[in-house]
Amino acid sequence: MKWERIRIAVMLAPTLLVISILFFGSLLYGFLQSLGYNPNIGATDINFDAYLRVMFSEEFSGRFWSGLTLSLWVAFCSTFVSAAIAIFVALLLRRTFFGKKLAVFFFQLNLPIPHLVIAVGMIMLFSQSGLVSRMLGELGLVTSPRDFPALTKDAYGIGIILAYIWKEVAFFGIIVLAILQSLGEDYEAVAQSLGANRWQRFRTVTLPLIMPGLMSASIIVFAFTFGSYEVPRILGVGYPKMLPVMSLDFFLNPDLNARAEGMALSMIIAFIVLVLIFIYMYITARTVRKD
Amino acid sequence: MRRVPFYAAVIAISIAFLAPVISFMINAFAYRWFYPQLVPKEWSLQAWVRLKLIPRPGDRTLESFIDLWTGVPDVISALWLSLAIGTLVTGTSVIIGLPAARALGLYRFRGKKIVEFMIIAPTIVPPIAFSLGLNINFIRWDMALMNAGIPIDLAGSVFGVSLVHLVPVMPYVVLTLSGVFANYDADYEAQARSLGAPPWRIFWDVTLPAILPGLFVAALFAFLVSWSQYLLTFLIGQGRVVTLPALLFSAAGSGNNAMIAAISLVFIAPAILILLVTSRYLSGESSAAGGFGRV
Repeated sequence: MKWERIRIAVMLAPTLLVISILFFGSLLYGFLQSLGYNPNIGATDINFDAYLRVMFSEEFSGRFWSGLTLSLWVAFCSTFVSAAIAIFVALLLRRTFFGKKLAVFFFQLNLPIPHLVIAVGMIMLFSQSGLVSRMLGELGLVTSPRDFPALTKDAYGIGIILAYIWKEVAFFGIIVLAILQSLGEDYEAVAQSLGANRWQRFRTVTLPLIMPGLMSASIIVFAFTFGSYEVPRILGVGYPKMLPVMSLDFFLNPDLNARAEGMALSMIIAFIVLVLIFIYMYITARTVRKD
Repeated sequence: MRRVPFYAAVIAISIAFLAPVISFMINAFAYRWFYPQLVPKEWSLQAWVRLKLIPRPGDRTLESFIDLWTGVPDVISALWLSLAIGTLVTGTSVIIGLPAARALGLYRFRGKKIVEFMIIAPTIVPPIAFSLGLNINFIRWDMALMNAGIPIDLAGSVFGVSLVHLVPVMPYVVLTLSGVFANYDADYEAQARSLGAPPWRIFWDVTLPAILPGLFVAALFAFLVSWSQYLLTFLIGQGRVVTLPALLFSAAGSGNNAMIAAISLVFIAPAILILLVTSRYLSGESSAAGGFGRV
């Protein structure tokens, strides 16, 4: 028994070592620096100055709160719209039809394509002289690029949300489609025989069945879209900036004092994500108990 | 019955999903593509010539192709570097992760939940939160190594970048493989042992064949996660490790859509290939699918 415990420890050690040193170690060091601890410049006392400056100082507070609002808005819209589209498409594609394999392949196509590439693709599709604008031009709805609304690099993060939708629909889709196919249509058939219409069947049978998978996927997507850097860097504007972009800009500022603010900002992002996940876990734990 | 509207919806949706890839294909070969033409009236390989991937018109012999490619144009060197880092990271993560996955898949032990949490944590915490501290840590460790007389650079080196790619890659490798081991019967190993097989033969002839399909999928996901890393490469590589995403990122600011699209096509080709190979393994139940969420 004791030998087995040692064996297990040895098997786990390399992985835990890599993650502890590179991930937890860095997270901890970043946290210390955000508290003003920086022995290289002789600062060893700990305080919350950087956090207070980022959130409440006249210089930064406007940027911070607008950035936080934008981040929440983008993460919420991306998650919700992607999930809705994915459910719709998965319901469409679950039946058997000629060409299903190809359709499902297209459905998954954007899954392995990096976010960065999809962001670049959004510029080509939705910029004022992009493919969509040309399509409307062909239809005579738009006569010059200026008539087409600025959907990329816009203050409301529309371009960012569009990029996330293209990516995350595929991510949600594969999860929802897998659940639907493993469940089959028996439950819905029963509901139908009891006189439930299409909407009632979806609302009371299908949706509750896919909900657990959908919720955990939503949390992953929300956390990712809230905290990731590439897409808002390519499709965002100078003001308001999503928090991860703002954080890196602080960090790369030649003024080394701004580094603590960048660190503080990155810790705030991580903190918000963790709080959301704990709320989610609390809610799911409660609902499971009720059942 | 209602076949026609159904197929119309499926086709419309498929085109929407394909739209980014279609836009790359048009942009990469478009020439003098004036607004509001939907399809360019002229096509050209100009962007590919400027990226030094295809020789100039009139000189497209095999020799000039070889000349051009042996000169290692930027895209090719970035491609090689991405492939090299991806392969190195994949190999290392599998070697490190395999025993951990086995421990998690086959045994129950005290603190298992904590171990699982530690391994999942890098997939939940936004990369920005640890990569800033990591950047400074690497610079500190470089100084310590230099003082100790060990001339290894972590910051700004391919080695350092490969090392940090392990952080986003390890969770998916370990989780995918622990799922494989959860369905694995270790009694076959005991039988081989009782017949006198040495440990390496047991691994090679018993364990490996049983886990090979799962191992293959885990490796492909690991490669894909490393392949698409930008932020970590940029912060740790300090702009000196120019992988394909780094190249695409700097091109993205240029406004030259034809070149951006051409680089994008080179960048996504292996990813789509991997999807073709793995699509039958994809299901919402497998943790491997989660790997895609981070790409």
